[in-house]
Amino acid sequence: MSERLESLLRTAFPHARELAVLDRTGGGDHFHVTVVDGRFSGLPLVDQHRLVYDALADPLADGTIHELRITTRGDG
Amino acid sequence: MSDLRDRIRETIEQEPVVAFIKGTHEQVYCGNSDRALQALRGVGAGFTTVDVLVDPRIREELSALSSWPTIPQVFVKGELVGGADIVQELATTGQLEATLEERLGETWRRPGEERTVSVSDGPGLHVLPGT
Repeated sequence: MSERLESLLRTAFPHARELAVLDRTGGGDHFHVTVVDGRFSGLPLVDQHRLVYDALADPLADGTIHELRITTRGDG
Repeated sequence: MSDLRDRIRETIEQEPVVAFIKGTHEQVYCGNSDRALQALRGVGAGFTTVDVLVDPRIREELSALSSWPTIPQVFVKGELVGGADIVQELATTGQLEATLEERLGETWRRPGEERTVSVSDGPGLHVLPGT
């Protein structure tokens, strides 16, 4: 399942400097994703996280993701 | 447009700081909801909570309103600040206090002033028994 999320994030953030998906519990439904991408620079955190939610809209909607923690940064 | 959605919108607009969480300010049933409340407490903010577990439609209507898929959701003066990760990060960097000050002035400093309101039945806000 981590691979599916990572693939969705790679598609949404093709130029990400850092991109990671951690299965927090090993159960395939609690994730911590980290995305470092220049396009976040200057954006409020709430807008940065919205871009991640948009990328993961399908697994969020179908219940695949039970819990999601997000870390985003605009600079390296 | 449902009545429930209207009451959720009213609550967001009327409460200076409101957190939609799993549980109440006295009994939280989710680690993320707890993280958000602890961040608010950490800076000494007063806040109102709404328990989304009371009725599954609350979460549906809230997310339709805010376009934010997860719980908790923290609003300051009618505007979404974010979920647990954001509120926690803002608290760590001092930006949570700055945001509260900017939107609410000095009035946000009300440590310990916490209450839970219901949006699920009848018109207006109802304070839950025992809070």
